[in-house]
Formats: sequence, C-alpha cells, structure tokens
Amino acid sequence: MEDAMLRLILLFPLAGFLFNAFLGKRAGERVVSWVGPASIFFSFATGVYFMSQLAGLGEHGYIRDVIFTWIASGEVSIPFSIVFDHLSGWMVLVVTGVGFLIHVYSIGYMHGDKGYYRYFAYLNLFVFMMLVLVLGSNLLLMFLGWEGVGLCSYLLIGFWFTEEERARAGMKAFIVNRIGDLGFILGIATLLWGSAVVSHPTVEFSQLQAVVPRLPEWVVLAATLLLFVGATGKSAQIPLYVWLPDAMAGPTPVSALIHAATMVTAGVYMVARMNFAYSAAPLAMDVVAGVGVATAFFAATMGLVATDIKKVLAYSTVSQLGYMFVGVGVGAYAGGMFHLTTHAFFKALLFLGAGSVIHGMSGEQDIRKMGGLKDKMPWTYRVFLIEGLALAGIPPFAGFFSKDEILFKAFASGHKLIWAVGIAAAFMTAFYTFRLIFLVFYNTPRYDESVHPHESPPVMIIPMAILAVLSFIGGFVLGFPHHSLIEAFMEGVFRHGVEIHGASGLEMGLMFLSTIVAVAGWAVAYRMYVVDTTLPEKIAQRFKAAYALLFNRYWVDEIYDTLFVKTYLGISDGIMRYIVDDVIIEGFLNTAARTSLGTGRQLRKLQTGDVQAYGFAMLAGVLLVLAYIVWRWAT
Amino acid sequence: MFGELIILSAVLFAVGAVGFLTRRNAFVVLMSLELMLNAANVVFVAASKQWGGPEGLASVLIVIAIAAAEAAVALAALLALFRVVGTEKIDEWRALRG
Amino acid sequence: MKLLTLLIMFPLVVSLIIMLVPRRYEGDVKFVAFVAAVIELILSLRLWYGIPEKGYAFVEQVAWVPAYGINYYLGVDGVSILLIILTTFLTTIAILASFKSIFLYEKEYYIAFLVLESAIIGSFSALNLVLFYIFWEMMLIPMVLIIGVWGSGNRIYAAVKFFLFTLVGSLLMLLALIYLGKLSLAQLGRVSFDLDDLLRLGIPVGVGKWLFAAFALAFAIKVPMFPVHTWLPDAHTEAPTAGSIILAGVLLKVGAYGFFRYGVPVYPDAAGALRWTFLILGLIAISYGAMLALVQKDLKRLIAYSSVSHMGFVVVGLFSSNQQAVDGAVMQMINHGLSTGALFLLVGMIYDRRHTRLIKDFGGLAAAIPLYSAAFVIVGLSSIGLPGLNGFIGEVLVVLGAFREHYLAGVFTAIGALLAASYMLWAIKRVFFGPITHDENRNLRDMSVREWVCVIPLIVLIVYLGLFPGRVLKIMKPATKHYLELAEFERTNWMAEHLKGIRFPAEESPHEHGGEGE
Repeated sequence: MEDAMLRLILLFPLAGFLFNAFLGKRAGERVVSWVGPASIFFSFATGVYFMSQLAGLGEHGYIRDVIFTWIASGEVSIPFSIVFDHLSGWMVLVVTGVGFLIHVYSIGYMHGDKGYYRYFAYLNLFVFMMLVLVLGSNLLLMFLGWEGVGLCSYLLIGFWFTEEERARAGMKAFIVNRIGDLGFILGIATLLWGSAVVSHPTVEFSQLQAVVPRLPEWVVLAATLLLFVGATGKSAQIPLYVWLPDAMAGPTPVSALIHAATMVTAGVYMVARMNFAYSAAPLAMDVVAGVGVATAFFAATMGLVATDIKKVLAYSTVSQLGYMFVGVGVGAYAGGMFHLTTHAFFKALLFLGAGSVIHGMSGEQDIRKMGGLKDKMPWTYRVFLIEGLALAGIPPFAGFFSKDEILFKAFASGHKLIWAVGIAAAFMTAFYTFRLIFLVFYNTPRYDESVHPHESPPVMIIPMAILAVLSFIGGFVLGFPHHSLIEAFMEGVFRHGVEIHGASGLEMGLMFLSTIVAVAGWAVAYRMYVVDTTLPEKIAQRFKAAYALLFNRYWVDEIYDTLFVKTYLGISDGIMRYIVDDVIIEGFLNTAARTSLGTGRQLRKLQTGDVQAYGFAMLAGVLLVLAYIVWRWAT
Repeated sequence: MFGELIILSAVLFAVGAVGFLTRRNAFVVLMSLELMLNAANVVFVAASKQWGGPEGLASVLIVIAIAAAEAAVALAALLALFRVVGTEKIDEWRALRG
Repeated sequence: MKLLTLLIMFPLVVSLIIMLVPRRYEGDVKFVAFVAAVIELILSLRLWYGIPEKGYAFVEQVAWVPAYGINYYLGVDGVSILLIILTTFLTTIAILASFKSIFLYEKEYYIAFLVLESAIIGSFSALNLVLFYIFWEMMLIPMVLIIGVWGSGNRIYAAVKFFLFTLVGSLLMLLALIYLGKLSLAQLGRVSFDLDDLLRLGIPVGVGKWLFAAFALAFAIKVPMFPVHTWLPDAHTEAPTAGSIILAGVLLKVGAYGFFRYGVPVYPDAAGALRWTFLILGLIAISYGAMLALVQKDLKRLIAYSSVSHMGFVVVGLFSSNQQAVDGAVMQMINHGLSTGALFLLVGMIYDRRHTRLIKDFGGLAAAIPLYSAAFVIVGLSSIGLPGLNGFIGEVLVVLGAFREHYLAGVFTAIGALLAASYMLWAIKRVFFGPITHDENRNLRDMSVREWVCVIPLIVLIVYLGLFPGRVLKIMKPATKHYLELAEFERTNWMAEHLKGIRFPAEESPHEHGGEGE
C-alpha cells in the first residue's frame, strides 16, 4: 500500500531538529522542552496509526512511501523511499517510544545546561536518522541513517566538548564505526553488482529478496559477512566494541537512548532485515552467532570488575547485544528482535536510573564512592531494582523471557556450545548486576560528606516508572513461550527463519536451569558485597593476574592503539613524509633542477661579453654551413 | 660584368668582416658592419640587373632604410656607452660577460 | 554577442575598466569586481536552461587562423556547464572573501582574479585544442601572480614551483599538439584542431601512447595525481585564501576536465592501454593523500593533501568503464570544489584573525566561536563523505563503480573514505574541541555578516546536493555517457566475470514484499 502520509514519521523529528538547531537558542529552554519531546511523540503517534493500518493488511502487508529518487546513475537508481512493515514498524515504535520517554527525562537531566537547545537538536536529529535507518527501503538509505546516527552519536558523546576526553571518545566512536562502515559499503557494492549479474542492479530489500536465492553462495556469504563487519562496528561487537565503553562520556540520557536502546541495536536490526540473505549463507549465520556469544562472554567478564557505574552498564550492553546476535545468528530472528525490545526497555531504564544516581550524587560515577543510597533515593532504587532483575534474567521480568528464548533456540537448533557459553555469561550478568545494585544502594555510604544525594524531580522519575512497568510486563506479554506475540507478529517478514521446535519439557528444563544460574549470580554477589564486604578484596588478591587482566580490559585498547593507531601514524609520518614525498619525489625534482642550473652555469662561460668573439663565432658558423652546402653540392 | 660585381661584393664583405673582427675602435667596428651590409646590397643590385627582376632593388631599398635606422640607433647607443664607460675600445666593453 | 563569448569577455572588459581606475580610488575596486562577479554568475546561470540532450550547446565557431586549423570554437555540454557555474560561483565567493584580507595592489589583485575567471571559463568551453591550450596557459599567469604577490611567507618559492610544474606539463602537451596537427594534415588533408576532427583521427597506437602520455602529464600535474602532486601543498599553503579557493575549487578540475574532454577521447586506444596504470595511481593518491594529511601541522597543508586524496577519486572514476564511476567522478569534482573551497575559506577566516594556521595554536575554538565551529564541522563532514551531505554522493558512486571494475579497486577507494575520517576528525578535535589552550583564542570574534554571506551558499549547496543530487546527475548524464562511448574502455565487470559459467538456480517465484519489482 502506498501512503504519502508515512513520511510524517520522519518529518516530525526533522522539523524538531530544524527548529531547535536554528531557533532553539532564541526560543529558550521552555519552548525547546516542548518542541523536542513533542516532535518525537507525534512521530510515535503516527507510528501507532500506521501500525493499526498494517493490521488490516495481513502478515505480508506493508505501507510504502516513495519520496523522491535519491541517486540515479546509469542503470542504478536508488529511491529515497520508506517502507513500514511488521519489522520496521515494530522498530519505529521502540525507537520513538523509548525515544520519547528519554526526551522527557532529558528535560530534567539537562536542565540549565548551556547547550540545552543544541542537545535537543542533536537528539531530534538522532531520532530522524534512526528512523531513516529503520524505514529505508534499501541498503543505501539504511547506510544514510547508519552513518547519520553515527554522526549524532559523535556529536552527543562529545557534547561537553570542552573536555579533552569526551571529544576524544566521540572521535574514537566515529572512526571505529567508519571501519565497520567500510565493510558495510563493500557489502552493498557486492549485492548491487551481484544482483546486476542475475537481473538488474538493486539494493532494495524487496528486490534483493528475489535476487539473493539466485546468487551463488560465495557472493551471498561475502556480502553478508561484509555487512556484518558494519554491524560489529555499530553494535559494538568483537573486534570493534572498543568505542562503546568510551562513549559513556556523553550525557547519560544519550547513553540510554543511543548507546543502549536504539542505535547500537541497528546491527541486529540489519541482520534481521537481511534475514533472507543470512539464511542463505549458513556460514555467515555461524559467524554472527559465534561473534555474538564471544562478545556476550568477554564483555560480561569485563563488566565484573568495572568501577564506573556507566562502564558496568556499557559492558553489559555490549554483552546483551552479543545475545541478540546469537538470536539472529541461530535463525531466531524474532527472538533477537524480542531481546532487542526488552533490552531497550530495561537497559534504557538502567541508564536513566544511573543518570538519576549521578544527578543526585552531583556527577559522581565511581561506584566505590557510593553506597547506602536506598533511603536517599527510594524511587530510583525501586526502578533500578526492577531493571536489575530484568537484566539478570530473574522471572518473570522481561529479560528472563527474551534471553531464555534466545538460549533455548540456540540449544534446540544444535548450537550446544553457544548455549553453554551463553549460560556462563548469564551467570556473570546476574552477578555484575547485583554487584552494582549492592554497591550503590546498600551498605553504609562511602561518599564524601560534601555530597548530598537527593531524589530526582518527577519529570525524570515518571519516564523511568513507565519504562519500569514495561520491563516488568514486557517479557511475558510480548514473548510468552509458545504464545509469542512478537513471533506471530513478524512471521511474514521472517519466513526464512529457522523453524525451531523443541519439546516443551526441554524448554521448561532449560528455563529452570537459567533461573537457577541467575539466582546463583545474585547469591554470590550478595555474599561478596553485602554479607562479607572484604571478600572482593581477598579474591582480587588471590587471583591477581586474572583481576589485572579483567580490570585492564585485556589491554585491548592499548593493543589496538599500538597495533593500528600508532603504526598508522608512524607509517604516515615517517616513511611517507620523510622518505617518499620529501626525499624521493622532491629529491628527484630537485636533482633535475640542480642539473639544469649546473649546466647553465657551465654554459654561461661561453658568453665572454666580447662582441668580436661573438662575431667570430658567427662567421665561423656561417663558413661551416657554407662548407657543408658546397660539400653536399659537390658530391 | 656580373662576375666582377660579385667579386667586388666579396672583397667589400671580406674587408668589412676583417675590420669587424680586428679593429678595437667601436666606431670603426660599426663602419665595418655597414660595409658588410653594402656588400650584400651590391649582390642584390647585380642580381637584379642580371635577371631583371624588381625584388633585388626592393630588397636594397629596405636594407638601406633599415641600415640608416640601425646606424642612427647604434651611433647614439655607442656615444652613450662611450660617455659612461669612458673608452671607445670595444674589447673593454664586457659588461655582458656570463 | 553570444553567451559564451560574453562570459569570457565580460571579466576581461571589467578588468580593463579596473585598470583605468586611478590609484586613489583603489579601495573601491573590490566592489566593482564583486558586482562584476555577481553579474557573471547570473549570466552563467543562463547556461543551466540550455543543457543539451546530446552534443554541445551554445556553440560558436569563428575561423581564426584557418590555415592552421585554429578556430574560435566554443561549446558546452552538461559537464562543462556544471563546471562553469561552479567557477563563477566560487569566484564570486573568493572575491567577497578577499575584502578584508587584501590591502596591497588591490587593483591588480582583482584584475588577476577576473582574468583568471575568464581563462577558466574559456578552457571549460573551448572545443578547439589550440584554443583550449591558449586558455590553459592563460590561467597560469594570474594564478602565479596571485600566489607570488599576495601569498604568505614562502610565496616566491611556491609560485615558482607551481609555474615550473605546470609549464613542463603544458610544453609537452604543446609538442603533442603540434604532432596532432601534422597527423590531421596527413589524414584529413588539412590542419585541424577542432575536437570533432581530432576525434576522427586514427592515431597509431605506438605514437598514440606517447602523445597521450604528454597530454596526460600536463593534466596529471594539474589534477594533481600522485606522484606529481608536490607543488600543490606549497601552492595552497602560501596562496591567499581566495587563491586557494579557486585553485582547489576550480583549477584542479581543469586538469580532470582535460582528461575528460581531450585526453581520453582523443586517444582511446592509448588511454585504454594505460587505463589500469592511471586507475592504480588514482588509488594510491587516495590513500597517500589521506595518510599525509593526517600528519600535517598546518591546516592549509592538511586540506591540500586531502585534495590530493579527493582528486584521486576523480581519477579512479574517470578511468573506470562504467557510468556510475564516471558520474561519481564528475560529482566528486563539483563536491570537492564546494567543500574544499569552503574549507579554505573557513581556514582563511581564522587566519585573518589569528595570523596562524598551525593546528597547535588552536584548541577549544568551539567554545570561543561556536558558529564558526559549526560551519567548519559541517563542511568537514561533507569533505569526509558523510551520507546526506554532498561528498558522499560522489564518493559512493566512485566506490560502487570501482568495485564493479575490480573488487580491490572498490576496497581501496572505500579505505580512502575511512582514512578521510581519521585525519579530518582528528584535526577538528584538535582545533575545536577540548579546553581553550591559548588565551589569544578566548576573545575571537565569531563570523561577521560578510563571512556568513560567503559561507551560507556553500553550506546550502553542500546539504542540497547531498540530499537531492538527482538534478545534477541528470544534467551530466548525456555528457558522461558520451565520454564512455568515446573512451572505448574495455568494459570490465569483475563480478560478472567471476559468475560466468555458474549456473544460477532457477528463478523461484519471487515473493514480493515491501515493494513491487522494477
């Protein structure tokens, strides 16, 4: 179905961006506070409207809006068109829904900041770009959104740009993402020219769906792997996850929206969107699942010892994204999307909670300097607890259902090793979650007396409460095992998904097991951080090497720095600059110049300045020529 | 007749050339130069008379006109140089040595 | 008077008038020059409405030295129209940008700019090789003067270097040109340098290679291609702001345009034989320029090396055998003109204030002059090819086109886009972000109205072309298509070659979803 109204979803945030960017400063904080969130809310409402339209169109239904032809060159034509189907529609609601709540929260969090209007302008632009990414009907348009959200992320991480570290983190995020984007654009090229061979060049999802089955497997494999390189960048997977922990330098609501709930899940969404291609390349699927579970595990280990409240959550995000990739990697696309959704709820909330804590603690982020905040910030504590339970995977909270769905599908589809590693990571997840809660909210305060923790204003608490409700009920409402709403909803999109049927008994058993694991994580954390608080220190002493390894995050940043950044700089600076440009090329030219100068210096000795000498030379020349002519004539 | 004129021209040219190459007085060098030009003129006139074409005479007229102009400019330049350098010896005028 | 002649003559006439202005009114000359540039811009916009579907429009042909086949033969196609408009547009901005930075020999300065504009328009519209050559050489002199007289620091060295490099190339081109005349006499019975006649010549491959090499050297120096690029950083660094804008924005394009109009079409065999050499040189330039840009300490040098990198995309595109790459190359020419022109403009503004261009003398400028910083960041992002801004369109088309040629070509062009992000963002970070490290930077003045007037049109075009490149792509299409037909490159399609002989699975009934087929 065509509907030109669909573009309204994009236009609202765009209008919000333009208003805030150009008039926001003059309009003042009050107006911006209305315009910013309202533009997202209208977008959300439009999304809901189209969702209701979609319901009448059947499971393969979609609504499309071709806005204009973006790039047309030769036989390649790429329209700027958006498609609202069961998958993208779902994402629209998640993005605008969570986005709206975080916009509202930001009103309180950013209150009084000098760059208030700039903040909302960026945030609106982000939502716009994210919606382009989600709704775009072709890969190149997705790429526009893909880099666009990267830009907003760059701007927002470095929002307080006067601090060196934050500016650096923003730059790092952008450049690391660009490495992924290199793969993404090459993947696009592969599919474009691959499809040109079998029919005509296209990167439209709808047309690729018909083209991909006709391509040889290696082309599909190459394309999907290259696209996945892009996903590892955007969704912070091994080996490109390094930017996300640093990205926590941005304002906390930004971390919640961009670096937890929406942007970083773009990679998962991309794999789900391209499910027909991934399903046609089983090896690529295994790579996706393998990288996902490895990331889930390693990120969780790093989360165990992190001391910055936001860093803990960042590693947890990386780890949870790994789960999502496991989901889509084993063919449980709906499962991946389910975890994406619940994660958007509870991780956004965790960040908002963390933001509330940081706000209340006047900017303190080190959890070693907190403690006992349970009474000072009761509401924050309550939502944080719900979130924690959801993240840790304690039933009946949302995270339990979605994570379990993925692990079950992994197990049932025969990826037993992935399941086992996933379970181990789940144990660590529960542990670090409760470690965080205990350190922040329990025990005696460890902060300076100068800090006076206070509860956040209602404008911050209410969005948190809504998200808390969502993360409580989201799990069993959306994805109750065997009656999964989300799976039924997206059935039409994921018909290439692996049909995984396991016995109910098996599923119950696995569920029980993961519950035990989660509770065990809680128990260990309780023992270490509430009952006997000297224990962590002792363990760290006992396993010094392991602790150092984790605490320094496997020195990955340092290794990358030496291996890539320094090498690249060194090559550029040393070899290229001093050898090629200045010595070889310029040297060659200078030699040429010097040679002609030298020759000239020798030749000028012939110019004696004596007119008669010139005359003699001339005469001699004439005689020589004459002699030659005579000789030629004579012979 | 034609042969004699050619010989005359050759002699004139040789005198001019030797004078140009050997004399030190700049004014004499200039006169030698004029002599060589006139040697060429003699050939033109002779050729014109021999074959009856007008081109030779025309060329002579052009040469005379240019020689007059050249002589005027060159004399003026030589005089000016003489005043500056203070000598008329052409082998001492070597400001253009490379 | 016909339009193209008018466009060429008008700046010359105005510069004659300026010449007659007495010294004591010298300060008002800039307004005359600016008004003239605006009129020229408006006149050139008329070309937009006469874009030919095929062949050339606005053709003028007057015999000049008929005995030697030298004709005053002008005409434009889509590509030249775009480049001429770019020229008049950037010249207007360049002149406006000089108002507050040139105080010495103002008359001569604006005369130089107007003569330069006329020469550039002439070379974009000449269809006779000798005429082209004359305009080509005519560009050189005002540019050398602009660098050598109004430049900074080491300007004489830079000007001489620029002059010598360009001259070496163009003298070789002159030789090849004379040989072409001889060939045309032998083959057509008359000497002719008209492009149509040259295209009909059958040039023997052996000689053709040398002739092409001579032409290519002249064009390559102008582009500049690796390894004859070393004049560029010096010339850019020492030139005054407006000189850099024109140099980067338009002059470099004349080199690429030379390949497009004469180099490749006249010698299709030789160009085809040397195609991969040029493609690889282009690929080297992309990465090489980006790497050198990374380690520069002077902002202008950094942008100069980024030009080397960006022009590498143009070369790769022009020597690829598909429409996408060639379209991308032309698009990239325009985009590079806009974004690099804007970058030099912005650097010039900060130079006017601080009299330094060294990166280490800045830091934290975003706090001191936020609007200026915003403009710089937008332009910088366009330069690194952020989707949604103009730079992306050209780059992505070249990447896609190069990938079609050979996957490695695609990989290396794409790497260039990645490296661009590293040098530009790092420079932006060091100049604009972080704390303010020098007290002199604390009380800088933000952009003035005049400066906004310079920058805003550029930014508007940067955003507009990024979102709606369709119009421009459509305009250039007949011309680029014609170029490909003339070039007679062997069409390579890496993917198709590797899928040859593979039996494709039978087409299953396509499930349509999210949109019908084609």
